[in-house]
This record gives sequence, structure tokens and C-alpha cells, in this order.
Amino acid sequence: MSTAELPEMTGAATLTTSTEEALAAAERRKQIRLGIIWLVTGLGVVWLFGVGSDGLDSTLQISNDPPRFLTLPSFATSVTIGILIAAVGIMQIIRPLPHKGLFGVLILLGVVISFLVWAAAGQQFSLVGMLESTVTRATPLALGALAGVLCERAGVVNIAIEGMMLFSAFVASFAASASGNLWVGMAVGLLGGAALASGHAKLSVGYRVDQIISGTTINFFATGITAYLAAAVLTANPELNRAGTFSSWAIPVLSDIPFLGEVLFTNNVYVYLMYILLPFVTWMLFRSRWGLRVRSVGENPEAADTVGIPVLRTRFRSVVLGGMAAGLAGSFLPLGSTGSFVEDMTAGRGFIALAIMIFGRWNPMGALGAALLFGFAESLNQKLAILGTPIPSEFLLMAPYVVTLFVVAGFGGRATPPAADGQPYETN
Amino acid sequence: MADTSTADPTAGPPEQPDEEQVTQQAPLWRRAFDTLKVPTLAIFSALVIGGLVIMFTDEDVLWAWARFFNDPMRALSRSWETVWDAYSALFRGALGSPAAISETLLKATPLILGGLAVAFAFKAALFNIGANGQMIMGAVFATWVGFTVDVPGPLAIFLAMLAGVLGGAIWGGIAGTLKATTGAHEVITTIMLNFIATFFLAYVLTTNTFLPGNANNPISKRMLEQTRLPRFIDGERVDFGIFIALAAAVFVWWLLERSTFGFQVKAVGMNPNAARYSGMKVALITALTMAIAGGLSGLGGATIVIGPTGVLTAGVIGTLGFDSIAVALLGRSNPVGVVAAGLLFGGLNAGAVQMQVETQIPVDIVIVIQALIILFVAAPALVRAIYRIKADDAAEPAFTSSWGGS
Repeated sequence: MSTAELPEMTGAATLTTSTEEALAAAERRKQIRLGIIWLVTGLGVVWLFGVGSDGLDSTLQISNDPPRFLTLPSFATSVTIGILIAAVGIMQIIRPLPHKGLFGVLILLGVVISFLVWAAAGQQFSLVGMLESTVTRATPLALGALAGVLCERAGVVNIAIEGMMLFSAFVASFAASASGNLWVGMAVGLLGGAALASGHAKLSVGYRVDQIISGTTINFFATGITAYLAAAVLTANPELNRAGTFSSWAIPVLSDIPFLGEVLFTNNVYVYLMYILLPFVTWMLFRSRWGLRVRSVGENPEAADTVGIPVLRTRFRSVVLGGMAAGLAGSFLPLGSTGSFVEDMTAGRGFIALAIMIFGRWNPMGALGAALLFGFAESLNQKLAILGTPIPSEFLLMAPYVVTLFVVAGFGGRATPPAADGQPYETN
Repeated sequence: MADTSTADPTAGPPEQPDEEQVTQQAPLWRRAFDTLKVPTLAIFSALVIGGLVIMFTDEDVLWAWARFFNDPMRALSRSWETVWDAYSALFRGALGSPAAISETLLKATPLILGGLAVAFAFKAALFNIGANGQMIMGAVFATWVGFTVDVPGPLAIFLAMLAGVLGGAIWGGIAGTLKATTGAHEVITTIMLNFIATFFLAYVLTTNTFLPGNANNPISKRMLEQTRLPRFIDGERVDFGIFIALAAAVFVWWLLERSTFGFQVKAVGMNPNAARYSGMKVALITALTMAIAGGLSGLGGATIVIGPTGVLTAGVIGTLGFDSIAVALLGRSNPVGVVAAGLLFGGLNAGAVQMQVETQIPVDIVIVIQALIILFVAAPALVRAIYRIKADDAAEPAFTSSWGGS
């Protein structure tokens, strides 16, 4: 009541203080909730993986050449990790910890390790093999997500990553088989992705077709044409579908680092391209004149146009570059992994790449992290199927998609796409 | 093209503008012509390009073209014969006999229902890529009721269909609720839900609940006989599912054009902020729209298992849900258009089987043709550019919202 008689300034100030207090209280509640989640997680680990294990040892292989093993008692390991997580949770409840993100990652790692030790109890399990396959499986996802980043930073939604990958997988395998040269296959794969991408760009940038519909059309087209050509041409001429794969190449010196050398630096050329391209594009996007232009047509095309940046041409080029990244990702499937084309061999990887792009917040390095997480989930599934856990395999296969669903839902409010993403631009 | 457009009188009624833009009333034939111009040209162009693909993947044709300068007529006649054989087989498989028409109607049924599901969501500016998953859930739910609930005839069918609607509605509702509460884009969530549904289907086909005793193959127990949709032509497989699909189209038309809820759906689709300021519960409407869309897809899935197949298998839905997107786009999101597009795609799919049997051309060419059709329909500017038609004033519909938009 008294504030009403005071000058306006004070009233505003009072309001601000009470709002700040409310915000602080809300923040505190959020901190406590996080602490409780961690505490419950820790107790869950103790209960499920510690008490739930039969007290057997699990043997983790940590090197292939020479073979080296690490033996851990599953009960003691899981209980220790669980108690540590619970302790961090209690500390968080009492007083908010700094570096919450770091603790979150460590806790996730702890849960995964104790889960592995539980699942492998009484058996032998190749940790180094699982991590190697994590990196390999992350490669097409990260490169596919890079395609998404390049398109969407310029303001063009690309749900056709799947179709571009599938199409380039076909042409890459075909070209490599026909020419007998894997590098030719990779180059043709790049061009295949770029060709479909220029179609997407022509439709969505040139004709201003709804970008999601244009993308859907491309996905349809790629599914149809590759299935048709595989049936009409490859079945009769199997020699045109024997591409072979790039062999893995150990980088001198780096591959001698114990453990990490085998996991990271004994791979095929696609993995190294991923190491190079993602940081490079990140640097280009956020530090170069080219990147500033691309981002400006994605955030505010009117302003970009006003200062003389050719909006449509910039968008067109970014989409085609994105198509090349998708082409690289697609050509990985036959040339880096299976050695031949199989109908519908992308199996949804292009869509996962899209989700990874969102998870990585439209940033190539973020996408790389998210892709590694997904690659890890996939290779974990595969290993678990071998170890034989009581969980039905269909649910394990389902897991990455459920996680994506939660991630997209959880990040829906927080991840901000480029402001003009999905909006056609019309020059005057 | 004038023949085909005036020959179809069904195209008139849905365009009756009552509260939409009140343009000066052109005669009915004129409006029918305008509506059908682009789709007809789109279908024609797609068939031409599809024909080229067929031509240049046929070894005989390529061989003839390689010797073009020795015998140019032979190259041309071989090309023509190959495409003519393919398309005439396609046509005969779609419409050439009572059996062919029966197959076309049978294949059109789930496509119409799925197409309605996608089209209905489009009206609220939601892109429902999840029709496939919703159909799978509908099929799973309907199958369970179909072999479990032993009640007399019509009630059994009704319950199985209801279960299908429920299964699909849950699946669509999840995406709608996530969109409404967290802003998660429905394109991503429905794609993920498609995968989850596929694995769920694979899972239920390993359980004792769904499999008959000592089963080796992932094929579910057979539906009870009274649950199956009755057939109405002796000796042909077509069943009452097609009438259910038509009834659903009428229902969607009524919902969109005559009900308050439909008005709200369209209002949210056109401008969610305006809808919110005028007091509509945008979040609730979004969630409900996706649930209704899911229910329609789920019904589509149900009509397959209680119709032609009678059992649930891993491939029971195939890519029907994705084809439904093409149906909705070709039908321009209006119920009558969706029915027409569903019949067309049903015919293409039925005819493709005949084509593969007769000419060994893989059925997959139909997917290419469908993709090209929606490409040309979605980009009317492209068709106009090819055929040099003047642009009409009708605003092209913007279907969906972008990632961040609420």
C-alpha cells in the first residue's frame, strides 16, 4: 500500500527484489530436485547392480594387441560407485555444487560402468572393442548431423538427410564397384548427396516449397529409386555391388598411446575425416567471414539482405555443402562398414542424425558429442545382446529412440534453432 | 487434361467456400478444372519421368540405344514397347478386372485412413510423419482384441476397430502432448515413435500372449472369425473396410467444416498466437489433434488385420504410413481429395504387383512415381514452369511450422 504512494522507481525496485527472491527459491528447489535424482540414482545402482549381482568377477578386455585384461569384483565395484553417486547427491541437496555438468557426466559414466560390470559378471567383455565400435558407429551420425547443421544454420530445415545418405550410399557403392577404386566411390557419394541437396535447395529456396515437404519428397524419392535400381540392376549384376571397404590405418605415434590409441587412432579414413571436419566446420561457422554470412542468413535474412549478403545464393550453397556432408555420411555405410549396398541400409540413421543435431544445439562439436553418445548406446546394445541379459533385445534396440524422444522433449524448450530456420525468403 | 478434369464431378463440393475467402463464384466446371489442373499434370509428369527410368534401366532398351545409329527406329520402338507393356500391365492390375478393382479398393482403404490422419494434422499445422507407427499400434491393439474378446459379430468388429483407434490415438497423443507441453517438434517425436512402434511390434510377436503355442514364425494367433470384416462381392477380397474409410472421410469433413473443434484446429493451424489470444486452449487442441490423427491411422492399421490378413505379422503395415503422407499431400489435405488420392495410390500399388509379375519391373518404381507426384503437387510453381501455365491467385498452403515455432 505504501509503495503506491512512493515514487515509481522504488516500486519497481521492490518488485524486482521479490521477483529475484522467487527466482532464487525456484532455483534452489531445482538444485534440491537434482540432488534427489542423483541420490536415488546412486541407491538404484547399489540395489540393482550391486546387490543384484551374484558377487562374481567381471573381466574387461582393455587392449587387443597385446591382449590385456582388467578384472573387477562386480559387487564391490557397483556398491562403491553407487555410494559415491549417492554421496554427491546428498552434497548437492545440502549445498549446490559447482560444475554440475561435469558431475552429471561423471555420474552417467559411473552408472554405465557399474551396469557393464553387472551385465558382464562372471564373463569376459571387450571394453576396447566396444569403444572402438562406438567411434565407428558415431561416424555416419556425426557427419549426417553436420549436414543438418550446415543447412539449418543457413535457415533451411533438412529432414532429407536420410534420403541423401541412402542415395549416396547407393551411388558410392555402385561407383566403387564399377571403378574398382574406393576413393572414386567416396567422391561419387559426395556428388550424389550434393545432387539431391541441390534439388532440395532448388525446391525450398528457389520455389519456396515448404522445406519439410521438400525433404519428405526427397526421402521418398531416394527410398524408391535405390530400391528400384537395386532390384532392377544390382540383382542381375552382383559384380556392381562389391565395393569393399577402406581398411583401417593406424596413425603413427598416436596409435601407440595405450588404450586410447586403439580406440581412437586405429580406424578407417572416415573416422579421421570426422575428427577433422567437425572442428574445422565449427571454427569456420563461428570464426570466419563465411560462417558469419551463413549464420546471418539463417538468423535474420532481411538484415543480411540489407547489408548486401546474397541470401538465396548463400542458402543454396550451404544446403549443397550440407548435402556433401550427408553424401560422405552415406558413402560410409557401404565403403566404411558393410562393403556393399543393401536396400534401406540407412535404417533411420539420417533421422537420428537430425535429432543429434538438435541435441548438439546446432553446433558441430555438440553434434559430435551427441553422436558419440548414440554410438555408445548402439554398441552397448550389441555387446549386451552377446552377454545375454534378461532384457528382451527389442527393448534394447528401442532404447536409442526412446532416449532421443526424451532428449528432444527435454531440450525442446532450451535448444534454440536459428531464428529464421524453416522460413523461405523472398527477395524483392 | 481437360477431359480428365471435367470427367470427375466429385471435385466440386469440397471447395464450397463458406467462411474462407469469398471469391467471385466461378462456374463449377471452372473451379473443378482449376483444382485438378496441377494434380493431373503432376501425375502425368511423374508417369513420364517414371517411364524414362523404366526405359533406361531395361537392358534390351539400353542395348537398342547403344546401336541407335544402326537402327534408330528399333531403339525408339523398344523403348516405347517396354514402357507401354509396363504401364498397361499397371493399368490392368489396377482397373482391368473385377479382381483388380477389388485389390485397388482393398489397398486404398488404409491409405485413405492414413491420408486423413496426416491431412487432419496438417490443418493444425502439424506434420504427422508418425502415421506408420500409429498404424502399427492400431494393428497390434486390434489384433489383441480380435483373438481375445469373444463376442457376437458386429460388436466384435466394433470393439476391434475401437481398440485400433485407441492404439493409434495413444501413439499420436504422445507426440501431441510432448509438442503441447515441451515444444518437442512433432516431426522428430513421430519419427522416433515410428521406430519404437516397429520394435514394439517385433517384441509382441515374441510373446506367448500373441503367438499361438509352439509357433516358429513371428505370426500372431488368427483372429476369431466374427471379428473379420465381411466381404460384399462374391469371390473378391474387398471388404467393408472401404466403407469405413469413406465414413471416416465424411467424419473428418464434418469435423473440419461444421464443428467448433474443427474451427479451433484450423485457427491454431493458421495462427497459434491469435488463437491463444482469442481464448482457445492451444496446447489442448494440439494434443487432441494429434490424438485424433493417430486414431484415424490406428483405424487404418486395424482394417488391415481385421480385413485381408487376419493375423499380425512384422511387415503388416510396411510403409503404408509413409505412403499416407503422399496421399495427404496429393489430396491437398481435404477429405475428398484424400479419398481420390488414396484410390489413385491404391490403384498404383495394386497395379505394380501385376506389372512386376508380367514384366519383371520391380514394384519399387511406384515409390519413385509417388515421390514425383508429391514433388510436383508440393511445388505448383515447378509444374507451372514446365507447362507455362499462368499462376492463379489462390494462395499456396503453408503446411507446417518450423522447429522453434509453437
